[in-house]
Amino acid sequence: MPIFKEKDYLRVDLGKEPDESLWMKCKSCGELVFKRRVRENNNICPSCGEYFFLTPMERIGLLVDEGSFEDITKPIVADDPLVFSDRKPYVERVSDAQAETGMDDAIVVGRATISGLPLVLGVMDFRFIGGSMGSVVGEQICHAMETAMEDRRPFVLIASSGGARLQEGLFSLLQMAKTSAVRGRMAEAGLPFVSVMAYPTSGGVQASIASLGDIIIAERGALIGFAGRRVIQSAMTQELPSHFQSDAFAFEHGAIDRVVGREKMRDELSSLLGFFVEAR
Amino acid sequence: MSDERTLDLLEAKIEELRSLNATDGIDLSKEVARLEKKLETLRQELYANLTDWERVKLARHPKRPYAMDYIDAIFNGFYELHGDRIDGDDRSLVAGLAHLDDQTIVVLGQQKGRSTEEKKERFFGMTRPQGYRKARRAMLLAERFGFPVITLIDTPGAYPGLEAEEANIGGAIAENLLAMSALRVPIVTVVIGEGGSGGALAIGVADRILMLENAVYTVISPESAAVILWKDKDRMKEAAEALNLTAGRLLELGLIDGIVPEPAGGAHKDLDQVAAALKIELVKRLGELRKLEPSELVEVRYQRYRAVGMYRDTQGTE
Repeated sequence: MPIFKEKDYLRVDLGKEPDESLWMKCKSCGELVFKRRVRENNNICPSCGEYFFLTPMERIGLLVDEGSFEDITKPIVADDPLVFSDRKPYVERVSDAQAETGMDDAIVVGRATISGLPLVLGVMDFRFIGGSMGSVVGEQICHAMETAMEDRRPFVLIASSGGARLQEGLFSLLQMAKTSAVRGRMAEAGLPFVSVMAYPTSGGVQASIASLGDIIIAERGALIGFAGRRVIQSAMTQELPSHFQSDAFAFEHGAIDRVVGREKMRDELSSLLGFFVEAR
Repeated sequence: MSDERTLDLLEAKIEELRSLNATDGIDLSKEVARLEKKLETLRQELYANLTDWERVKLARHPKRPYAMDYIDAIFNGFYELHGDRIDGDDRSLVAGLAHLDDQTIVVLGQQKGRSTEEKKERFFGMTRPQGYRKARRAMLLAERFGFPVITLIDTPGAYPGLEAEEANIGGAIAENLLAMSALRVPIVTVVIGEGGSGGALAIGVADRILMLENAVYTVISPESAAVILWKDKDRMKEAAEALNLTAGRLLELGLIDGIVPEPAGGAHKDLDQVAAALKIELVKRLGELRKLEPSELVEVRYQRYRAVGMYRDTQGTE
């Protein structure tokens, strides 16, 4: 089995279905479902409950107060420090991902409010080279935390990433240290950091910033872990439980505080952030 | 490496001649000297132009000195500490107090096993959550008493297994990155063999990062990169080149601070020489760092990591 189960919601992008079609077929249960109902249901299949993919802007739309989002993503794009090329040159991989997603890289950060409570929000995009963290994503996360410190707001990161951006080599690996260091400054400044782990939160992102939340919440259906299932099975020939690295697995072993359905995430964050307003 | 085998055969031949020389009283010293000179020339030629993949193999060489070899050679009175105080003791990572000349230090090292038995006991140098937590505990101890920290990296990567995931290995690595980024004592890291991804970085956030000449440090192993990026497990040589994982390249890229030379053939050809060079380097680097107040030290380290990364601005001068 691949590291990332080919779950339907990774592949169903509502924005990409031809506009004239009113119906879509859920690849999980096979039911024909009314597209508008899917949208109204937070991109969750109304028939079987499978989570479909959300773009960062869709996710932001579901979470924050209407009109409150102010994009502060820095105007930077990936460089190619290693002049890397595998089956495709890295620069081409980046420009393809940019064309496909309309994003500069795998994250959007901005100021917003949830139920009137101010925060800085970062949302990762798995569509963009697996949501991988290279120099740009690392810098944006640090920029978000620094903005949070300047404004004295909490920081919420919604992770959706396979890990480090391999094409940037050690530069990517060191983003784990960079984001962790800035996270340390946030703690010293007494500002809360809520880490939301969505599908998937793994590798170098799980082993750095995403695991350093004061509170860690998994979105239902998340995959959470360091080494991929395939890697473990090939290295150790080990039988793995069926719920390995699922939200339930992470919860059972104490790696996260709570598992929250997508439809309840806004209320969850609103009540959670409320505690910290009182504390200050 | 077939070429390496040729050198080994030649070396054995010289030994044989030497012993004949001693036992039979025949003077073969001229012959021995001639062969030794030839051996040295061949070795220099072979190792002058290693490919990156050959260097990976050298970094993993079964005879390569491991952390304990350097600890014994460089420090006095190594006093090993065990256990993470929660769950167990991970033998893939050794931690302890030691003397470097006249100063007390805390040393951490990832230790591969030499014998089959020891390899199993030490999980081939693949560190588990218990090991990272022990490392963190030892570093906090160092901070409490103002002891500098020296870490020796040598791991294929963090341990990939069910138990490690159950014990949240990702979280354990993350906690170390956080702790090291603000630790109020000097940290010097040396990659002595394999620097395997997050499993290496978890003891590698430092004020000075050194590599032995034939060590490698990479975000992913060339074998895994071949599978994931090239979809072809046989293209690890190409992957090794692309990853820029050698000490020389990483120094050029400004990601490490120095390289400790190895003799031709690799560190295992002369442990004493490499250990002596490494010791000089450690003393020098700690001397530089000792001049800084703890708050300055932490600030300089913070700025170093805050600045790491290469990207292009899309506004302004372009």
